[in-house]
Amino acid sequence: MRKAVLIAIPYLWLVALFLVPFLIVLKISLSDIALARPPYMPQLDLTQGWAGLTAFFSELDLDNFAFLATDDLYWKSYLSSLRIAALSTLITLAVGYPIAYGMARADHAWRPTLLMLVILPFWTSFLIRVYSWMGILSNEGTLNTVLQWLGVINEPLQIMNTPTAVYIGIVYTYLPFMVLPIYSALEKLDDSLLEAAEDLGCSRFTAFWLVTWPLSRSGIVAGCFLVFIPALGEFVIPSLLGGSSTLMIGKVLWEEFFNNRDWPVASAVAVILLLILIIPIVLFQRNEQKAREAEG
Amino acid sequence: MKRFSWFNATSLSLGFAFLYLPMILLVVYSFNESRLVTVWAGFSTKWYGELFRDQEFLDAAWVTLKVGVFSSTLATVLGTMAAYVLVRAGRFHGRTLFSGMIYAPLVMPEVITGLSLLLLFIGIGLDRGVLTIVLAHTTFSMCYVSVVVSSRLTSFDRSLEEAALDLGCSAFAAFRLVTLPIIAPAVISGWLLAFTLSLDDLVIASFTTGPSATTLPIKIFSAVRLGVSPQINALSTLLIGIVTIGVITASVLTKRAAVAQVRDEQKAVRAA
Repeated sequence: MRKAVLIAIPYLWLVALFLVPFLIVLKISLSDIALARPPYMPQLDLTQGWAGLTAFFSELDLDNFAFLATDDLYWKSYLSSLRIAALSTLITLAVGYPIAYGMARADHAWRPTLLMLVILPFWTSFLIRVYSWMGILSNEGTLNTVLQWLGVINEPLQIMNTPTAVYIGIVYTYLPFMVLPIYSALEKLDDSLLEAAEDLGCSRFTAFWLVTWPLSRSGIVAGCFLVFIPALGEFVIPSLLGGSSTLMIGKVLWEEFFNNRDWPVASAVAVILLLILIIPIVLFQRNEQKAREAEG
Repeated sequence: MKRFSWFNATSLSLGFAFLYLPMILLVVYSFNESRLVTVWAGFSTKWYGELFRDQEFLDAAWVTLKVGVFSSTLATVLGTMAAYVLVRAGRFHGRTLFSGMIYAPLVMPEVITGLSLLLLFIGIGLDRGVLTIVLAHTTFSMCYVSVVVSSRLTSFDRSLEEAALDLGCSAFAAFRLVTLPIIAPAVISGWLLAFTLSLDDLVIASFTTGPSATTLPIKIFSAVRLGVSPQINALSTLLIGIVTIGVITASVLTKRAAVAQVRDEQKAVRAA
């Protein structure tokens, strides 16, 4: 009896505030926009009993999804989000791997401090970390000022409000998510394996490529998903750094909802985004499971 | 140490410079006299003064703090229960759905979580404000708490609980006297994580709030949309300072606790 209550409380909370809201999104994505309050129809009218229910279901349709397929803006935004998320994940890997490698090779006494230095930005406000780049990248910003002072450029570089700024923002804010799993994979690596490889005639680089890299693969895969999945639906970074020229689906959803007040289309955008996300999420789960099994 | 080469030293220095330089610049320019970000016009703390005289910022800070404390406390209770159910309750009907609902919010894009909760609140006619933000934040942060707590629950020796039950403790007493003290560090870090997530959140709060409740991130976002503002630099500096002190204190305390635990265990071994 006690156990049932213990299960029921968090269970019902999640059903009411996670599952039901999602079903509402699904339902509204099948509704039509209306000049009413709330601005969509049909409305479910339970006072009419069964007739109300059937009338309600007969009016649901896939019009919004058809609209998403025909209007350029949406599929271009999905593609552009996928491209930005994928490319910035690779850049984050390229930046993060050497950091994780350096940490795993550092003296034992230093490791806790280095680890804390990677975690500290994670506890600092995401919004503030994105904002800090606005002062650096703008036309009168720190970067352009320094480059002009050095005489590298004569005209300020236009980085702010371009996709480049979005890449920088994503790499910067998600870097700890890449470094931590790779570090924890590299930390477990047995040094004698590398020594054996070198004794057997491998160069340092070949030893890295044949031993270290494969053994850190579970960390690399985990890190890549931890960056890719949230980057795909990102809103703050494209809206602060990307300007109007950068299309990302999280921003499109936001604008559809708040600026156009088209709730049905915003819901349809959300449903498709979730369908796209299912693939990487399932792959990520599988990778985690494999890593757990490998550990025993 | 053998393999720690100049390459590693360079990549670490460059990496940490990349991570910290933007924040250091933010802090430096918060003390700039000039409103222009890149023109250094002398040291001044006037932006801090302006910040503390701005009633809107103070109100937003108060709302954020209220939401953070309430939602993270609720999330810690619910998340700990959920973790206990996942690790200890064995099989029950709907377990798969339950664990799915615990993990899904972790990977759900914020725009979708925000949108769906807003549509729920409108559907049931709940007035939007502090209460709705608390409900929203509790829901996604309880999942983080539950992940943190359940990893601690899986790793500890279950026979301790069983011993307490054998010695006549009720299930609740065994939880309070044995389980809770052992998982306490995880529960505390779960609370801190939930609190930070709540303090940080812009997207979900924007969807679920009404005109009566503006949180600090919403205020910051609307202030910086059009460009850099020295007042926001000052506010960021304060927040960065608080987080830095908090993280360093926490790591010193956990280090001390770990040392104390090792000493206790050694004492116990000698006594036995």
